[in-house]
Amino acid sequence: MSATLLTRPGPDDAMMRRPVPVRLLVLLAGVAVLVLAAALSVAFGTRIVAWQDIVSAFTTSADGIAEAAVRQRVPRTVLAMLVGASLGVAGAVLQGLTRNPLADPMILGITPGASLAVVSGIAFFGLSTATGYIWVAIVGAALASAFVYTIGSLGRGGPTPLKLALSGAATTAAFTSLISAILLPRIDVMNVFRFWQVGGVGGASYSRIGQVLPFLVVGALLCLVCVRGLNTLALGDDLARGLGERVMVTRIVAFLGAVTLCGAATAVAGPIAFVGLVVPHVCRLLVGVDHRWLLASAGLLGAILLTVADVVGRIVARPSEIDVGIVTAIIGAPFFIYVVRRQKVRAL
Amino acid sequence: MTDAHTLHTEQLSLGYGDRVVVDSLDLTIPTGRITTIVGANACGKSTLLRAMARLLAPRNGRVVLDGKDLHRLPTKEVARTLGLLPQSPIAPEGIAVADLVGRGRHPHQKVFARWSREDEAAVLSALEATGTTELADRSVDELSGGQRQRVWIAMALAQQTDLLLLDEPTTFLDVTHQIEVLDLLTDLNRQRGTTIVMVLHDLNLAARYADHLIAVAGGALHAAGSPADVLTAATVREVFGLESEVVADPTSGKPMMLPIGRYHARQVQPATATATEASG
Repeated sequence: MSATLLTRPGPDDAMMRRPVPVRLLVLLAGVAVLVLAAALSVAFGTRIVAWQDIVSAFTTSADGIAEAAVRQRVPRTVLAMLVGASLGVAGAVLQGLTRNPLADPMILGITPGASLAVVSGIAFFGLSTATGYIWVAIVGAALASAFVYTIGSLGRGGPTPLKLALSGAATTAAFTSLISAILLPRIDVMNVFRFWQVGGVGGASYSRIGQVLPFLVVGALLCLVCVRGLNTLALGDDLARGLGERVMVTRIVAFLGAVTLCGAATAVAGPIAFVGLVVPHVCRLLVGVDHRWLLASAGLLGAILLTVADVVGRIVARPSEIDVGIVTAIIGAPFFIYVVRRQKVRAL
Repeated sequence: MTDAHTLHTEQLSLGYGDRVVVDSLDLTIPTGRITTIVGANACGKSTLLRAMARLLAPRNGRVVLDGKDLHRLPTKEVARTLGLLPQSPIAPEGIAVADLVGRGRHPHQKVFARWSREDEAAVLSALEATGTTELADRSVDELSGGQRQRVWIAMALAQQTDLLLLDEPTTFLDVTHQIEVLDLLTDLNRQRGTTIVMVLHDLNLAARYADHLIAVAGGALHAAGSPADVLTAATVREVFGLESEVVADPTSGKPMMLPIGRYHARQVQPATATATEASG
């Protein structure tokens, strides 16, 4: 890894290890790119607006169509960044705690579980509030992932990466058909669900951000508490226990953190694939395998990816727009193939 | 290093599911010495080591560290006294040697605390003791098997424990690196007074490097004591079901086991072997 080659050991140099400067540089570059992406996200949209309108949207109280469009892009950008960061961090945590390079919210059944729960809520219980979506999505995500984990743990050898991925894939397939079964006979529900399902941040508002933010903060904190534990889990369960880590507790807390992040993100933006899968792999190539750096950079890169994907979705199909979930899949799939083909992501 | 720590088992019974692997075992690990555990495949020697490292909860009896039940002590506290190198630890892809060794500091670190000078000193000294200082910035993936095993031992050293348990630390190494690893562990024991307990496959290396040799058969303690007392033709017959001749190793004077198979033995004629087989 290029980052590790740059330090020179010196006998009296207390900072001999850890290429902190390189990793720090990567993070700072990430922040810069994120700021740029946010600026693009405010400046470009379905409606083409002049620079003066962007400036006046923030400096004056003028409320022409252009100014309104620009002001509306701000919460949308914030939501895209929050959702992207959450999915990136959740993906990194899930890959770390399962030691499974294929683990991501989608494959482990977390996102489909959240989707199924929200659909059931809309269809059977008349669920319509954003906070309601969030709670239902988190509970659905937790139940689905517990189910996937239990199925994946059956048989010899406990929850091996392969069995987890298989049970997740099977569960995802089952949930997807259940969602179709619930939706198909219900045209009205289908219309409500259609936009949510594809994945989008278009309906963002400050109040929606305010509703989801507490959940994201709690999820992120749970993940942060486990960050050192994830570093020991990476060495194998036996060694992690030998190093004094309570392996089961760490797994559960980290899992709850990831599920909360994914469930809440899915509730506000719909199921978004590939961010949780691709982002941690790229981050490992950039900052290495220390989860402290990994989580920080996964949050940043996830935010960048989703913000950029949202901008792209808004400008390629003018005067209409493509939802961000579709764009991440289009960007993510080939990129993931490229990443997998590089040898460094063979395994964790 | 602090006061000498003690480790023993009392009526320890271990098992998986319905299967009892170790039954009512009383065992004392001599403090400050090198103990090796030998026995046939599936005799329970690795299971015993796992229990002594608190990876496996006993069914009955207990493992006692410094007079207290090991499985009831806070695990992080135990990790500052007792280190473990399992048989196949996982090196995260692309991790640098120094970073891997640094993970041995885990039990000494708080959740959000920063890397301290003590951490740094422990890692540097572990790298030096294992001769891996030169490798510090290399990726673990690039190393040879022998170098990698030294790095894992360095990680265990960075943990700074008075007791170190190792499960077959020489597996997959060629003979040169086996000796290198065992010499390194002996250095540790002689220079730092670390109590070392390891499971070894090779009976002759076990006898040569052990101060205290434990032979396990069928989940029970068969013999324990100095290699000269334990490694006899009778023990080898009873523990491994193998006929052998035990002579003094001309290099070290420790006992050395020479197996007698059905072929290539000067005294034993094939006819006799067949006769023994038929009668047995």
